[in-house]
Amino acid sequence: MESSVLTIEDFCAHFSGNQVVNDVSMNVEDKKVTALMGPSGCGKTTLLRCINRMHELIPGTGVSGTMKLHDDDLYSLNPIVVRKKIGMVFQRPNPFPTMSIYDNVIAGYTLNGIRIKRSEKDRIVEDALKKAALWNEVKERLHRKGSFLSGGQQQRLCIARALAMNPDIMLMDEPTSALDPKATAHIEELITALKKNVTILLVTHNIAQAGRVSDFTAFMYLGDLVEFGTTEKLFTVPEDKRTEEYLSGKFG
Amino acid sequence: MDAGIRFRIIKDRIFLGAVILFSFMLLLPLLLILYYIVVNGIGVINWEFLTSLPRPMGEMGGGIINSMVGTLMLVIVASLFAIPPGVFAGIYLAENKTGKLVNTVRMCVEILQGIPSIVIGIIAYAWIVVTMGTFSALSGGVALAIMMLPVIVRSTEETMKLIPDTLREASLALGVPYSRTVLKVIVPAGVTGILTGVLLGIARIAGETAPLLFTAFGSPFMNTNIFKPVDSLPLLIFNYATSPYPHWHNLAWGASFVLVVFVLGINFFAKMVARRWKVQF
Repeated sequence: MESSVLTIEDFCAHFSGNQVVNDVSMNVEDKKVTALMGPSGCGKTTLLRCINRMHELIPGTGVSGTMKLHDDDLYSLNPIVVRKKIGMVFQRPNPFPTMSIYDNVIAGYTLNGIRIKRSEKDRIVEDALKKAALWNEVKERLHRKGSFLSGGQQQRLCIARALAMNPDIMLMDEPTSALDPKATAHIEELITALKKNVTILLVTHNIAQAGRVSDFTAFMYLGDLVEFGTTEKLFTVPEDKRTEEYLSGKFG
Repeated sequence: MDAGIRFRIIKDRIFLGAVILFSFMLLLPLLLILYYIVVNGIGVINWEFLTSLPRPMGEMGGGIINSMVGTLMLVIVASLFAIPPGVFAGIYLAENKTGKLVNTVRMCVEILQGIPSIVIGIIAYAWIVVTMGTFSALSGGVALAIMMLPVIVRSTEETMKLIPDTLREASLALGVPYSRTVLKVIVPAGVTGILTGVLLGIARIAGETAPLLFTAFGSPFMNTNIFKPVDSLPLLIFNYATSPYPHWHNLAWGASFVLVVFVLGINFFAKMVARRWKVQF
């Protein structure tokens, strides 16, 4: 029996009256990659943003149901605490433009006012950059601005920034949608390598990507969780007709 | 060639010529102003002019050091009063696109921008000069701060709006509280724009005369006490230029030269800041 890091039960979300996520229940297993896939507007990104409560930035949103990280109810904690435990990588690489590569990686500590020793900082930065497969490319210029890196490198920098906080789970919101095929392949390799240490929940509209990198896949359509299971099973013998049609390209 | 096409090409050329001509005409007033001020003012500038106090009426020579110090004091007082609320209001307006308070604040800033400077001077007179019983650098600084405020609010707001939302999300997703996100991520990303706005605000108020007439009032003595009247360059120019003495007219030209150099210098500095420290997103 595997342990699940995140448990979602009967979760609904709505934006100013529109139901976007409808009664979703699923769980995310420890040290596995779980993919959330579905056509545009199916609610996958909304569900992801509800996990670290980023949806609260937009006025007029409401949720019901429960989300538990290990045994903590995410909605009874302060969002600041929640977001420190949960890392997030966005669609477009968004390194802090005013900071050096080094400062970007350690930003989770410095911006939160957490004081740590210089040597400890060096260790965290090196460790995070190595895990994000960026260390060899940037070790010579750690103190230069991150905005001079290529798009794929910037995205790996953002992954390193999230990893440095040692999150319980990493949320990735279509992390390759703004990248070229080569950089995408690089990020996918990285995701596969990362799951030794980190639990990852990946949103993607790319069916092939879900198939390549994930252990579990959830298929969402029009706010409903249509099917959730191991990627192998979902891709070979889907239970629901809609999943089968989506996988064979009949809609989406 | 077809006559129709030739006609069109000629029409095109005439249009282009007109555009260039009118653009050049726009330059003309500035060039004329600079020419007059340089020709009349530069002869007055010497070490004594820049470092000594005005002489009593009828004596030749004398300088404008008290006005330069006064202008500097007024600019500093105005900046201290205008920059913090201006920058924070600008951030508030950029972070909140709509809402009752937001719309009210935005409208007030627009109205404030349109209020004649002399009226602002009267208000500062009623608030501070009357209350404290004396003309002062403080009251002049407050009047100038009110003039500077809308410039800073608008430029901060415009700068902040250009900063991508993804940056704010990146910070918030790391668990950084809103206040720290604004102060440590968003403001640093927009610091060039804010600084440019502040500098342009200073350039705008450095030459203001009307609001100082009954607040800073003017003074022929050196004063560094903000609770006493001070002189400023535009006040000195106004007083000297309207006097009947040709020697004072010359001094007014010299002071104009100093003031224009100061304002142009700030403008150039603002441009340099904007270029040099531009943040690449």
